Parts: sequence; structure tokens; C-alpha cells
Amino acid sequence: MPIIEKSGVKAWQVRDRNSQLIRWAMWLLGTMAFVFSWKVISDNTQWAIMGNIGAVTMDIGGRAMPPRWSYMDQLWLPIWDTLNIATLGTLFALIMAVPVAFLAASNTTPSRLFVRPIALLIIVSTRSVNSLIWALLLVSIVGPGVFAGLIAISIRSIGFCAKLLYEAIEEIDETQVEAIRATGASGWQVMVYGIVPQILPAFAGIAVFRWDINIRESTVLGLVGAGGIGLQLQSSLNVLAWPQVSLILLVILLAVVIGEFVSAKVRGAII
Amino acid sequence: MSATLDQYVGKRWRKPHFITSPGWRWGLIIASVIYLVLAFASVEINWSRVYRGLSRGWEFIVGFANPDFVSRWSDISSGMAESVVMTVASTVVGIALSIPVALGAARNIAPLPVYLVCRAIIALSRALNEIIVAIILVAILGFGPLAGFITLSFATIGFLAKLLAEDIEDMQKAQAEAVKATGAKWMQWVNYGVQPQVMPRLVGLSMYRLDINFRESAVLGLVGAGGIGATLNTAFDRYEFDSVAAILIIIIVSVMVLEYLSGIIRARMK
Repeated sequence: MPIIEKSGVKAWQVRDRNSQLIRWAMWLLGTMAFVFSWKVISDNTQWAIMGNIGAVTMDIGGRAMPPRWSYMDQLWLPIWDTLNIATLGTLFALIMAVPVAFLAASNTTPSRLFVRPIALLIIVSTRSVNSLIWALLLVSIVGPGVFAGLIAISIRSIGFCAKLLYEAIEEIDETQVEAIRATGASGWQVMVYGIVPQILPAFAGIAVFRWDINIRESTVLGLVGAGGIGLQLQSSLNVLAWPQVSLILLVILLAVVIGEFVSAKVRGAII
Repeated sequence: MSATLDQYVGKRWRKPHFITSPGWRWGLIIASVIYLVLAFASVEINWSRVYRGLSRGWEFIVGFANPDFVSRWSDISSGMAESVVMTVASTVVGIALSIPVALGAARNIAPLPVYLVCRAIIALSRALNEIIVAIILVAILGFGPLAGFITLSFATIGFLAKLLAEDIEDMQKAQAEAVKATGAKWMQWVNYGVQPQVMPRLVGLSMYRLDINFRESAVLGLVGAGGIGATLNTAFDRYEFDSVAAILIIIIVSVMVLEYLSGIIRARMK
């Protein structure tokens, strides 16, 4: 109990001297890092133009404000494309993520020494690269369009789905697997009757969760040319057609909210 | 479920279905088949373009085998420094902003009007994609890291405040009440009754968000909001796949190191 004496009176403190000093040093370091970072950002900013920022905002807002509703006719197809990128992308990702997850889970992997690290490497490398970057890469390989977006979304989702799935596999109840094995079941039968039923709810939850995220991500893939409603956003931005931009942003917001609502409902029904 | 054992005896056991109601099951199966047929029909794949692009894909793989860190090193290092700076500044500001919002968004602490306002802030921040916020801010503020910094700070609020508020709502009442019974003022009550209970979670979430902000900062450059993304975009535009590979390797390794460090810190906080 850290108690210090202040002019003859014993007073309680939260921490003793050493931990107080360490904390103080950490705070100092953190503050220094932040101040330095802010200085760099500030140096790279033209503060001169920030004076009329309010006017600029009002100007853009004023131009954007009545959204051009008639533009909606041209948006249905991109919306359908966006939905397809998200849904088919999730589907392909799941097809590829399941074997990767089984190879990565330490209780189902055929070899901890050789196969598991490779599976983990696939998970980490697909997960740490954002889907926009994958899209950028695939647009330059397979050409612009929905196909590039679809593959970008599926590659990005493999790592995410496989990671959550292999964690679910590692947490299964081993006694059930053992019970199935005791009946004389083969390896595949153990998998189908012992492991799969235990992870099926988690699997469905992950699928819907990722689908929700993919809806969000597929709305912006068009910015790099990979199809969907982002293409319309990009072309509207390029010609400074603000009424169209505001309409597209509204549609995207609506799509995201609907996606989140559907995924919450489905997950609520499963779990 | 009125089935008795007698009904099952002598019949072959069948696996129970995942969706028990047959109407729902068949409805879902038919609907998804129809959807898949329509969706696949509408995806246009230009196979000749894909075939032509394969050589470029191969170039990329070759680039990954021998990445070129040297020839664009000054661009890469300055872009990387900008990404790191944006990450640090936006995480700090984001945390500082999300703590009051989280306190306001916890129903057991905040009165209803404050609660609704804070929940609205969180919902708005979560619904807006980072890239879209960045596009709008670049249009208003001009190119540069300031737009990226504000974007990431704003996005941090939605993530951190929501999870922190949930943790505050789950806290133990007894401890907070004990502090209140000593006659503590509101600030003291939050500081000694609430904060110690949620501190491990706050540190863990902050580390996690630092990690996410770094990843996001890598793409904000694509829309002109500063960071390594701009360098990456330029490298793609020039088809310099060896530089692209170098940048991607740097991003992946940094993310892995950050994830590992944040994992250690989070494990120690528990």
C-alpha cells in the first residue's frame, strides 16, 4: 500500500513512487510522439487556405443539396453490381477460407510444423492488405470491371473469415469429437459429424458479418475502377457534379444501413 | 417436439437440418439459386483481357520475388513516415474524443438526452466509410495529411466509443457505488469508480485501433489524403511492380509487427 508522509500526516496515494515515475515517463514519451506527429501534419498543411474553409463547405454543401433524383435511373445497375461483388465475393472467400481454416487450426491441421505456418501466412498476408489495394492490383491485371472487384473482395475476405473460423475450430469441445471417433468413424466422418456441427453457427455468423463489411467495402471499390457504385461516384466527382455525388452518398449510406440491419437480424436468428 | 422414442425406433437416423422449418429451408435454397444464376449472368468477364493481363500478373509475382526497395526509396520512406505520423496523431485525438462520447453513450451513466446524442455520433461515424469521409474532406481541405488525420480520428470515435460504452455498461455497480458512498464528486467517481474497471479494455482497444488506423492510412492516400497509399498508387500507375511489391511487403511486415506488439500489450493488461 503506497503511503507517503506529508508534513507528518500519512496520506494514501494510488501508486508508489517508482510506478508513478514510469507512468510519467510513458506519458511524456507519448505526448512527445503526438506533438511531433502533429507538427509534421501541420507543416504539410496549407493553413492559408483554411481561413475560408467555412465558405468552401457552405459552397459545396449548397451545390450538392437538392440531390439529382433523376440520376437514380442510372444507379440501379451499379447498385446490383455492388451487391453482386459483395455477395459473390463473400461466397468465394468462404469456399477458400474453409480449407485454410482447417489447415490453420492446431487441432485439425495435418502438420503443425509445415502446413500450419503456410496457412497462417496466407491468413496474415491477405488480411493486412486492404481490399482497395487488392482492387488496384487486380484492375491492372484483369482489367477494370466487376470481376476485379469481386476477386479483390474475395481475397481480402479469406484471411478475415479463416482467422475467425480457425479460432472457432480451436475452441470446439473435444469430447464430442472423441465420442464420434469411438464409434469407429473415419477421418472425414469425424469432421462431418464431430467438428462441423460445432462450428456451423460460428460459420454462419462469420459469413453474414463479412458480407456486411463487404457491402461497405464494395461501395468504394469503383474509385480505383473495380466496378460498382464507386465508379459513378468517381465520375461524378471528376466533373464536380455535386448533386449526383450527394445522391450517390445517400444511396451508399442507405445500403450500409440495410446491410447492417440484415446482418444483425440474421445473426440474431442464428445465435 | 412431441416425438417419442417409439417413433424413432427401427428408423434410420438422419442428421437434423440446420434450418428446421422446411418452408424456410426450401424457400431460401430456391431464392439463393435464382439469385446466384442472375448474379453470375450479370458479371461480365472479358477473358481475352484477363489472358492479356496474366503476363502482368506474372510480372507482379516476379516483382514480389525480388522487390525493389532502392530506386524509389525516398518516396517510399516519406510516404511511410507520413502514414505513421497520421496514425499516431489520429489515434491519440480519436481516443481523447471517444472517451467523453463513450461516457455519454453508456446508459448507466448518462441521462437519456446525452445518451441519444452520443449514440447518434457513434452511428454516424460507423455508417460512413473512411474512404468516403476522406474524399469529402479532401474536397474541402485540399490534398494532404490533414484530411487523412481528421478522417481517421472521426472513424476512431465510432469504433472505440461504441465498444468502450458497452464495457462501461457491463461494469460492476458495487465498486462504483462504494466510491460514490465516500462522498466523491462526479469526476472523482468516474476516475476511481469507473475508470479502473474499464482501463484494461480501453488500452486493449486503443492498441487495436492503432493497428487499424495504420492499415487504413495506407489506403487513404489513394484518394489524396496523404500517406503511403499515394506512393503505392503512383507505383501502380507506372506499372513498377517491383516497387509495388516493396511497398506491400513493408505494409504487411509493419502490420504484423504492430499486431504482435499490440497482442503482447493486450495480454499484459489482462
